[in-house]
Amino acid sequence: MQANMSIGTSLDFFLFVAIALFAIGAIGAMTRKNMIVLLMCIELMLNAVNLMLVTFSTYYGNGDAQIFVFFTMVVAAAEATVGLSIIIMAYRNLKSIDIDMYNQLKN
Amino acid sequence: MSLQIISIILGSLTLATALLVVLSKHPVRSVIYLVVTFFLITSMYIMMNAQFLAIVNMIVYAGAIMVLFLFVLMLLNLNKEIEPVNTRTAQFTALIAGGSLLLILITALKDTLILGESFRQKNEQIGLVKELGNLLFTKYVVAFEITSILFIAAMVGAILLAKREKQIIE
Repeated sequence: MQANMSIGTSLDFFLFVAIALFAIGAIGAMTRKNMIVLLMCIELMLNAVNLMLVTFSTYYGNGDAQIFVFFTMVVAAAEATVGLSIIIMAYRNLKSIDIDMYNQLKN
Repeated sequence: MSLQIISIILGSLTLATALLVVLSKHPVRSVIYLVVTFFLITSMYIMMNAQFLAIVNMIVYAGAIMVLFLFVLMLLNLNKEIEPVNTRTAQFTALIAGGSLLLILITALKDTLILGESFRQKNEQIGLVKELGNLLFTKYVVAFEITSILFIAAMVGAILLAKREKQIIE
């Protein structure tokens, strides 16, 4: 890599992309009312955090953060499975995926 | 210079597809756009030479998790008429909250890195399978084993939750 690198290839570019992705995911999680789209926005936010971790890992030349990203992906897979099965179960009872209907879960 | 142009195109495409995930009304379209977003994030991992994570991201996220989402969407048989929408006020409030979150994160992280710092890999091998495998099976081997318990718990939970209650089968 040359010394005269400019903004496109610098690491803070990836950092700002990750921040913007996280904000978009947060806006989506607050805006949408479809339960499945909400779960997808959470996945988007998880991916933004993963991107940021990989960026810092590259910057510091340390592999531990990438192992952490690997474990994040593992937990995200488990979370998506359980979350989707809860959605299926609730849809069977409520016939809706509106999050406002899901307050009946607390009874 | 060409690397710079490529990364700017990839970054803007990632943000555009992420916005389309949030904005599109139909959930199936959201899933498709999310798959594209994950592929673009994979390309960023490749640019940072994190090869193992690039492959895992492509297989696990774009392959497995998104197919799971698509399966559930088709199982539920949704259509546009029952798609719930928030009120205008709630959407506006969410936009303001998300925008201020973006501003706060940018101002917080603006000074942590030297702006314009290029790829400064002290060790260019860190993203490779060999290095990460070494790390995973020595330093983090306990966490790796506990992962299997987590997966068994998730699998049992998912089957138990999604199973139909006792049903009369004719």
